Amino acid sequence: MSSFQNIGRMLMPAAVFAAGLGFWELVVRVNDIQPYVLPSPFVVFQTLVGDWPVLSESLGVTLLTTLEGFVAAAVGGVALALLFNQSKWLEYSLFPYAVILQVTPVIAIAPLLLIYLPQQTAVIVCAWIVGFFPVLSNTTLGLNSVDRNLAGLFQLYGASRLQTLRFLKLPAALPYILGGLRIAGGLSLIGAVVAEIAAGTAGAGSGLAFRIAESGYRLNIPRMFAALLLLSVAGIVIYGLLALVSHLVLRRWHESALGKEN
Amino acid sequence: MAEPAVSEMDIDAAGLAVRLRAVTKIYDNGVAALGPLDLDVAKGEFVSLLGPSGCGKSTALRLIAGLSAPSAGTVNVSHRANRKDGRHPIGFVFQEPTLMPWASVRENVRLPLKLSHAPATDADSRIEEALAQVGLAEFADAYPRELSGGMKMRVSLARALVTDPDILLLDEPFAALDEITRFRLNNDLLALWRKLHKTVIFVTHSVFESVYLSQRVLVMTARPGRLASAFRIATVEPRGEEFRTSAEYAGYCREVSSALAPSYSGQRSA
Repeated sequence: MSSFQNIGRMLMPAAVFAAGLGFWELVVRVNDIQPYVLPSPFVVFQTLVGDWPVLSESLGVTLLTTLEGFVAAAVGGVALALLFNQSKWLEYSLFPYAVILQVTPVIAIAPLLLIYLPQQTAVIVCAWIVGFFPVLSNTTLGLNSVDRNLAGLFQLYGASRLQTLRFLKLPAALPYILGGLRIAGGLSLIGAVVAEIAAGTAGAGSGLAFRIAESGYRLNIPRMFAALLLLSVAGIVIYGLLALVSHLVLRRWHESALGKEN
Repeated sequence: MAEPAVSEMDIDAAGLAVRLRAVTKIYDNGVAALGPLDLDVAKGEFVSLLGPSGCGKSTALRLIAGLSAPSAGTVNVSHRANRKDGRHPIGFVFQEPTLMPWASVRENVRLPLKLSHAPATDADSRIEEALAQVGLAEFADAYPRELSGGMKMRVSLARALVTDPDILLLDEPFAALDEITRFRLNNDLLALWRKLHKTVIFVTHSVFESVYLSQRVLVMTARPGRLASAFRIATVEPRGEEFRTSAEYAGYCREVSSALAPSYSGQRSA
């Protein structure tokens, strides 16, 4: 693949983005649309800079919630998968409930959680609920994908359960776990936002999603766009970071992280 | 293994490394895979199990290794007294290299020692020695994906040798390799066998490979596998490439092939 094509792959989306912004700006200016109907990109940017003290604080709150939910999802998902892997009965008994938690829309669960839990806890639990299932199911898949002959080899050399787990199952499951974490990162952000919106209508909270809801009530549309922009960027950065971690961990051996040259 | 010590002393006294008596294996789904099979392998002997695919020769190997239990009959394997310092009595090489892709060559070879908690300083020198034996000393830090098929198989062999086992079980180890590589590994395996005095049980479906390598070729029937016939390959040792092209070799191959033919006659496809 030529470097020209590589540059093209990076430039094209950027060009589309710039063209879209230009068109948007043009439409707003030509038609003289008011910012409370549709703010121009320039106004959104101005708001982002002008409201930065408020928005950055909210961003911090949302990111912290997301991080807490993500860590809980990662630890909980991997731990549950390990438990299920050690005991079939535990898996049979509990797995259906994990599925139920996953398929019930979190936006419907959030108001209930807010009744029974302190708000900060409820928000984290929401982020956890949406994030832990991909980690659980991917880790389970990975733990069950161990090469049969390698497992036989461990058996031949009298490996203990712990040794098999540590030296065989966990490394073999690592690419799957990392894949699960990559999905969970984005989902934790969604969980946090959903819970914040649910909580926001109850009159409390200061995360980015709350800012969006609050700005909506006040017809502060530019700030809604600015907060939304920050959420998107946060999601992209989370995904990028997790993809980078995955690449760094797997680059020596796993197909997914290797170049296409061989 | 749960066999009484008496029978192990017994087979030691008889100079045997492995003894199978009336061994059968029936899988949970009702498929009779093996036997009844009687098999004696002397210490230091190089024996090939030759038969069509699915005749249970790999099953026999797994039974000897203790990877699965026989449905009936007894499996005795001669044990060296101390198993402490990672000297596992059996080395196993699978048809696939079966390496851990996340670990370097050195760490792959270290695995049996690590699992038996061998002291690290001792382990390092044994890993170097095993890698040198298979000619991979300078590839210790490579990862499996960076190696060719033949080199991966050598790593697998080094891993089996690192515990200094008494018995080497090889399950069609070279079947997936190209011919030149296979010939070279055949010769290297023979050289190792002469040098290290291991008992080798080699499973293959290649007449040519079995005759070239072994002192004794055991031909098996189609499933459920039993012994059909046995051939002693008596020739001038050490063998080399001149044996491979000799009339004597061709004669043995013809004999063994004709003994093997009935095993294939009942099969749907060859």
